[in-house]
Amino acid sequence: MSDTVKNSALFAIVAALIIGTGVIQSWNSALFILNMGLISAIMALGVNLQWGFAGLFNVGVMGFVALGGLAVVLTSMPPVGEAWAAGGTRVIFALLVGVGTIAVAILLNGRLKGRMRGLAMLAVLIAGFFLYRGLFDPAVKAIEAINPAATGNLGGLGLPVLFAWIIGGLLAAGAAWLIGKTALGLRSDYLAIATLGIAEIILAVLKNEDWLARGVKNVVGLPRPVPREIDLQNSETFVSNAQSLGLDPVVASTLYVKLGYSVLFTIVLVIILVMAQLALKSPWGRMMRAIRDNEVAAEAMGKNVTRRHLQIFVLGSAVCGIAGAMLTTLDGQLTPGTYNPLRFTFLVWVMVIVGGSGNNLGSVLGGFLIWFLWVQVEPLGLGLMQLITYGMAEDSALKAHLIDSAAHMRLLTMGVVLLLVLRFSPRGLIPEK
Amino acid sequence: MDFLNGLVALSNFVLIPAIAYGSQLALGALGVTLIYGILRFSNFAHGDTMAFGAMLAVLVTWLLQGMGISFGPLPTALLALPFAIVGTMALVLITDRMVYKFYRDQKAKPVILVIVSMGVMFIMNGLVRFVIGPNDQKFADGERFIISVREFKQMTGLREGLAIKTTQGLTVVVAVICVAALFWFLNRTRTGKSMRAYSDNEDLALLSGINPERVVMYTWMIVAALATIAGVLYGLDKTFKPFVYFQLLLPIFASAIVGGLGSPLGAIAGGFVIAFSEVTITYAWKKVLTYWMPEGLEPSGLVQLLSTDYKFAVSFVILIVVLLFKPTGIFKGKSV
Repeated sequence: MSDTVKNSALFAIVAALIIGTGVIQSWNSALFILNMGLISAIMALGVNLQWGFAGLFNVGVMGFVALGGLAVVLTSMPPVGEAWAAGGTRVIFALLVGVGTIAVAILLNGRLKGRMRGLAMLAVLIAGFFLYRGLFDPAVKAIEAINPAATGNLGGLGLPVLFAWIIGGLLAAGAAWLIGKTALGLRSDYLAIATLGIAEIILAVLKNEDWLARGVKNVVGLPRPVPREIDLQNSETFVSNAQSLGLDPVVASTLYVKLGYSVLFTIVLVIILVMAQLALKSPWGRMMRAIRDNEVAAEAMGKNVTRRHLQIFVLGSAVCGIAGAMLTTLDGQLTPGTYNPLRFTFLVWVMVIVGGSGNNLGSVLGGFLIWFLWVQVEPLGLGLMQLITYGMAEDSALKAHLIDSAAHMRLLTMGVVLLLVLRFSPRGLIPEK
Repeated sequence: MDFLNGLVALSNFVLIPAIAYGSQLALGALGVTLIYGILRFSNFAHGDTMAFGAMLAVLVTWLLQGMGISFGPLPTALLALPFAIVGTMALVLITDRMVYKFYRDQKAKPVILVIVSMGVMFIMNGLVRFVIGPNDQKFADGERFIISVREFKQMTGLREGLAIKTTQGLTVVVAVICVAALFWFLNRTRTGKSMRAYSDNEDLALLSGINPERVVMYTWMIVAALATIAGVLYGLDKTFKPFVYFQLLLPIFASAIVGGLGSPLGAIAGGFVIAFSEVTITYAWKKVLTYWMPEGLEPSGLVQLLSTDYKFAVSFVILIVVLLFKPTGIFKGKSV
């Protein structure tokens, strides 16, 4: 069986699973799985760029995804004029002072030597910190005081929401550049710990900096690139069209909206996939894999390993940022409390490993397949538990506990899937060529 | 008087909590560092091993409480600890047999083992949630305080109170015993010496007839014991919640790396460095400074350098600074 046939068969199976969901459960859930699968596939492509192409171990995917989400708020929400007047420029000035302090410290680190260096850096950092807090705190207080129930933040730029996907990529790329600059020269597992840490910090910022995106108070009602269901239901042409197709207008409107998202996401996925494929086959991609397979040899051939690593780290993170922005757009709200590393970092890793690291098509397949499992394991687990506990007494505490716990089967299943693939097919479903 | 009052406030809010937290981190970091030294990979499942051990202890504690057994003024969980340790040892040994051994025999790259440990992390996390659920569980009982605020005030007549929770005292005592036992084991016993030899130079150790599987088995057993103890102490001191243990992974790794990966002494030092920085930087110093500063110079704000939500940022920044300026950590650790 040739590769093309095998790969097509694998994709056909996943498609059949999703269509099966539509037939057995509902088309709404099938489209939900499809949309999230598209986003997951893009995240997996981003991680595959870093891990599959270059062997970089990034476990901070959640952070970049969350930054993409932040970008949606910062781009598409209307600006809050009063808040800007109250403290907008002051906050930005304070942040510039903070950045300037760090820049001066880095400059001193390069210029001075010996004990002077340590003392001067310490003095600059401490003085800069207090100056920064002195400027920052009152400005934030002023902003957060303005209409805290509805806004209390600076708002965004009021641009169309599709721009946010690009900005999300740029924001994630910027953060990745900063992290890469500090951590990429170091050993591989230090990068893992560093990215794990930065993801938690990004999340802490999102949760606590209310002036930025309202923190845990969430931003709801983000602008959407597709029409709202309620508008469709009120439009006479839509209702008559739906009825002529024999559909209930309410169901038709939700399907229409979800399909709209699917089309947009598919366009993004195809663009990124084509670019990743071209990159993989280009001289640049071959150089990346050469560096991955033998850093010393590549360096001896005159390749700048650290620079190339930084480059691909930034690119991969940007892709994750784009996916994060798309996710927040789909949700229509930014809820920092829902970002969980197991779901947004480690699950993406399972997708890449199961699909086949180093192979873009594999990552896409893994994204769809693992997302499908993630969603469907819960009802399946519940069914299984009901089967196991079938013979037990109706009021048995064990039965109640087992049925309640079925929701946690997800993590267990993902772990088992990952370990099985690593053991019996370590190169994944669609191996690298 | 003011100076003493300030000192008491400082001990109450900074020193004592930081010492207890530092001991817990140190125990956790010792486990990470041992795995790194001997099995040569960063074990992402360590936080969830701690959660699993603590969960067993919680279950046995409930069982004992149900049978009406208690440990006087000390928490019943201490009685449950040996059972939990044995259970966790069984779990990690089974995991090693079924999962890690295959890759060890293949001499897989460390990063593959890290990914494998991610899978183990998922399974353990799922297991813990499956058995006990994702919510908070309280299992501390016995006397709550060694010294309570009121007793202290009566004893000394100071305005500031000092409270030492039983769990805090217990944490420090147990940690000291564990560390002493571990060092005795590593330095004095034949198995311990072979473990250190294996960690220093695998080939030489194999040549001199050390059985690697035995070394690995002992390592996992020690790690399981340390993880369970750390998990139970943390759970007693704060509260048992599966997800919190997962989040402890970052400060624990930071401690191990700051101290120097592979160095047990470094893990302890690292644990305290991280704990003290986290607590001092996120503590609102107003109270202490009001006592210590001359009159008229008291601070008006809270003098809190960072809000407590950024405690991860503290361990992270320390980690980065150490990595940039001293990549092998305070005590020279390994670098692969």
